[in-house]
Amino acid sequence: MDAVPIPPFESFYAEHSPEVLGVLRRRLGRDRAEDAFQETFLRALRAYGRLEHGEHLRAWVLTIASRVAIDVQRRAKQTGELPDVPHEDARPAYEELGELTDGLPPKERAAVVLRYGYDLTYDQIAAVLDSSPDAARQAASTGVRRLRKETSA
Amino acid sequence: MSVPVDLDRRFRDAAARSGMLDAAYDVVDSPLGPLLVATGGRGIVRISFDTDLDRYVEWLVRVAGRNVLRAPRLADPLRRELDEYFAGRRHAFDLPVDLRGVAPFSGRVLRELSRIPFGQTVTYAELAARAGSPKAARAVGMTMHRNRVPILLPCHRVIGADGSLVGYAGGLERKVALLTLEGVLL
Repeated sequence: MDAVPIPPFESFYAEHSPEVLGVLRRRLGRDRAEDAFQETFLRALRAYGRLEHGEHLRAWVLTIASRVAIDVQRRAKQTGELPDVPHEDARPAYEELGELTDGLPPKERAAVVLRYGYDLTYDQIAAVLDSSPDAARQAASTGVRRLRKETSA
Repeated sequence: MSVPVDLDRRFRDAAARSGMLDAAYDVVDSPLGPLLVATGGRGIVRISFDTDLDRYVEWLVRVAGRNVLRAPRLADPLRRELDEYFAGRRHAFDLPVDLRGVAPFSGRVLRELSRIPFGQTVTYAELAARAGSPKAARAVGMTMHRNRVPILLPCHRVIGADGSLVGYAGGLERKVALLTLEGVLL
């Protein structure tokens, strides 16, 4: 099967930016969403040149947005200015997985969510995490083992 | 829902500043009609009279890479120089031109072309001779036809031995307008 071609960044941005902004606004509120929006697409731009095919681009960018939102919330928590954030009504699988993996170290958590919540390949995960495919695989499997231990304890 | 205009602009500016774009493009208005212009890390990549955006972006991706974004900020220096040129206040362009991937012969011809000053013309044969290939007038014609950065690399200053304008990839009426602006034609 031929790999799905990767569109020019302009097309990718035009297609997904409205949805990303919507998701970020629901999670962070209007003001914080703007910086998170910029950060999300800058991270995507940084990894874009290394993508190997154009599958799952929507899931990919929503995952990046999700990680940025987590960072923003964490920073807000540290400075004690977390706003009351409205929750989404319909929660996609990756969000539930997001909660389930809340206790994992950030890298393992991201790898698990990307692998099992979005069905991304380890190459793609490596691009998002800025590491190697092997390291991504390692992080996902360590994360899953840790989860098993936690849920059976 | 759509992205508000100033948030969109802020991202495009940030992307332009980040140095992560392979090429940034924009539309520049000119007396010759809208121009599509693109710039990359090494200089101006392309100026096009043809405003078919899909075709233009596809070309940029092929030549520069897939991180292509419309980013007006990166086009500003070129926009300024073009405005000055069309207003008659600028006779030479300062911005570098990126000729990556151009064949060696065409590269030599285009370098010679860039030395022809405002308001002067040469013939195809003369330009061929200056590039070291006196018999290659026709090939020079092809190189002019494929010039990626018209106006900056002044292929409009190249004319036939009998003084006729011969042709212009952007349309002969634009060649006439440019040579009129430069005082060659009345």
